[in-house]
Amino acid sequence: MDWLFAIAVIAIAAALTRVIYYTPFEAIQGPAQKIFYLHLPAALAAFFAFGVVALASIAYLWLGDPRLDRAAESSAEVGVVFTTVVLITGPLWARPVWGTWWTWDARLTLTLFLWFIYVGYLVLRGAIDDPSLRARYSAVLGILGSLLIPFIHLSVYLFRTLHPRPIVIKPSAPSLPPEMLTTLLISFVAFMLFYLALVRQRYRLASERDLLTIEEAR
Amino acid sequence: MALSTLSAALLIARKDLAIEFRTRTAFFSALVFALLGIVIFYFAWDPTAVAPIDLAPGVLWGIFTFSGLLGLQRSFGIEQADRAIDALLGAPIPREAIYLGKAMANLVFVAAVQVIAIPAVELFYGVPLFEHAAPLALLALLSAIGLVAVGTLFSAMAVNTKLAEMLLPVLSLPFFVPIVIPAAQATARLLAGRPESEIVGWLKLLVAFDIVFVAACMLAFPFTIEE
Repeated sequence: MDWLFAIAVIAIAAALTRVIYYTPFEAIQGPAQKIFYLHLPAALAAFFAFGVVALASIAYLWLGDPRLDRAAESSAEVGVVFTTVVLITGPLWARPVWGTWWTWDARLTLTLFLWFIYVGYLVLRGAIDDPSLRARYSAVLGILGSLLIPFIHLSVYLFRTLHPRPIVIKPSAPSLPPEMLTTLLISFVAFMLFYLALVRQRYRLASERDLLTIEEAR
Repeated sequence: MALSTLSAALLIARKDLAIEFRTRTAFFSALVFALLGIVIFYFAWDPTAVAPIDLAPGVLWGIFTFSGLLGLQRSFGIEQADRAIDALLGAPIPREAIYLGKAMANLVFVAAVQVIAIPAVELFYGVPLFEHAAPLALLALLSAIGLVAVGTLFSAMAVNTKLAEMLLPVLSLPFFVPIVIPAAQATARLLAGRPESEIVGWLKLLVAFDIVFVAACMLAFPFTIEE
């Protein structure tokens, strides 16, 4: 087993243990609030992953190094997995606290569209066999996708402020008590390690696949 | 004789529009599709519960993106026959001119569908769109530019993939969200008789989208053509 993957799994287990047994309940939301320690770190890891996709895509078009394409590919796939985690844990938390599974809040809508953009990115990758064409097309979509994010954010934000809805809006969180903040930070570090471990594994897989393609072409 | 980017682009746009004008296949299918969509959507809601004036903006701009996709699909599709794209790529013109020419032809195509589809919405939904002809025309133009800028680039990419035209909607539709929301919201404001100053924010968003994506897609285009 890969050492980084082992460390990441142990870190996640440790973070979850702390979340469940050593972190106090939130006064109003009770146990439901504990999903926060999965939800937010997963969201941050996903945003980080898509940032890596954008940077690797720009660098690929500039330098043409296939390693950059593999990095973008791996990071996008792991980012989609983390976004899926965000989209699953979000409704689970929203149901008891807001009283609804889903609401068209600006941040929720943006996350949903992030998922659509990068699932489209993966579909595009799957639809091209030629490695260099696939790399160029993916890089173009990776860059355009990151340019799109601020526009989607702005339009859904304006949409919501023009039409305020009668829902229980999440109150602006008071600064976290120290025990909760520590748990959050531990969980965040664990998720970032998990992200790195998954991307590393995925990158190796991509390298092997590219080697195989070259062998087969011979 | 070397052509300037703009005159080369105009030549390509003229070629595409001449093909379209002589065959008329894509235009009529897009138009019939738009009209069918407008009619079918009317029956998706109970007209006694939801006023047509509340439906019209969403239907108008939703149909606009879908019928636009029909036109965009064939933009680079027609160059696949006999590998006509190779002749275009071999021509001594800048790559950007190919993108610009294709985009201009697509813009005319989308605008032509709009010219018939918007009055159809007025007719079938009984909403006073013509009272707001000037701001609506501006909205339609800004939306069409954004749609065509992104759609032309993705059309060039989609034809070279295994999924071909099936990929175009998957790639394009997320990019049409910041077009449909401002356009539909602004139209709703206009129809509700709100002052025109209320739609300025939405117009600015569309202008910003157009500037960013026309520039980005034109820069990205040379990377998307197969040598």
